[in-house]
Amino acid sequence: MIEPGSAAPDFTLPDQDGKQVSLADFRGRSVVLVFYPADFSPVCGDQFSIYQEVKPQIDEAGAELVGISVDSAWAHRAFQEKLGFEFTLLADFEPKGEVARAYGSYIDRVGTANRTLVLIDEDGKVAWTYESPNPGEFPGANIIFDALS
Amino acid sequence: MTDLGSAPIPAIGSDDHVAGEGEEGLIVYADLGCPHCAGAWGRLRERPGRLVLRHFPVASKHPRSRALHAAAEAAGRQDHFFAMVDSLYADRGRVDDPHLWERAERLGLDLDRFQADRRAETTEARIKRDFQSGIRAGVAGTPAVFDACTLQTVREREF
Repeated sequence: MIEPGSAAPDFTLPDQDGKQVSLADFRGRSVVLVFYPADFSPVCGDQFSIYQEVKPQIDEAGAELVGISVDSAWAHRAFQEKLGFEFTLLADFEPKGEVARAYGSYIDRVGTANRTLVLIDEDGKVAWTYESPNPGEFPGANIIFDALS
Repeated sequence: MTDLGSAPIPAIGSDDHVAGEGEEGLIVYADLGCPHCAGAWGRLRERPGRLVLRHFPVASKHPRSRALHAAAEAAGRQDHFFAMVDSLYADRGRVDDPHLWERAERLGLDLDRFQADRRAETTEARIKRDFQSGIRAGVAGTPAVFDACTLQTVREREF
């Protein structure tokens, strides 16, 4: 995993609507990058459903939560629409997993990112990270609030 | 600002919904729209000791959840909380408002009061309070079960 205190690697990826989004676009705000294995997997759906329930409080804390997986923008859009998420989802699709690798979240033998959280501060520095023991477990929303406090 | 940082679940309080008796028991954060919870509910109900149900509606996953939790809470104001929960888990296909009225009538509830209570701000606040205590304890799926004495997580294979 990338170390807290280091500069967050910049990236530009398409979101669920095909719009190019760069990390630099969020400068001046806290960003929580949520690396996850795959759209529509049962655990990933549960994870974002829980986060969606506390989105008002995440907004209140002045943070932006952004999901990143190796799925395409089209898959992200369908995933977002099916479950009614309001979070931006970025497609780390081609080159596959390049951003996940840059943050140390990619699992080669699985071919996806692990379930990883990275808090990037207003200045673009990595402030905090969390990596699940395995992709089948996801961090509760409480630890995001711990990190933001 | 709402504090949703980590905290243990609260011990059983005077306004918790408690079925059964005894020192030991389980505290369950459940979603009344969740099929997995419905599957586990029968086993949980049969266990000896106390059973506490706390509201954990995940509306983005189960769109009717909030309405179902409000219905259970409103039934609880007429002492039929667990009867309504049992009814909702036993028949998950009938969850629109007319079905909720039918259930309330079958339980012998005062329908006008039921209607008013399920839309009351105090009902919403009560549900939210349970939900937020679950979030703070790291609840990441339902049912999330805790030992009523130790307040530690109980794994699904143990209940």
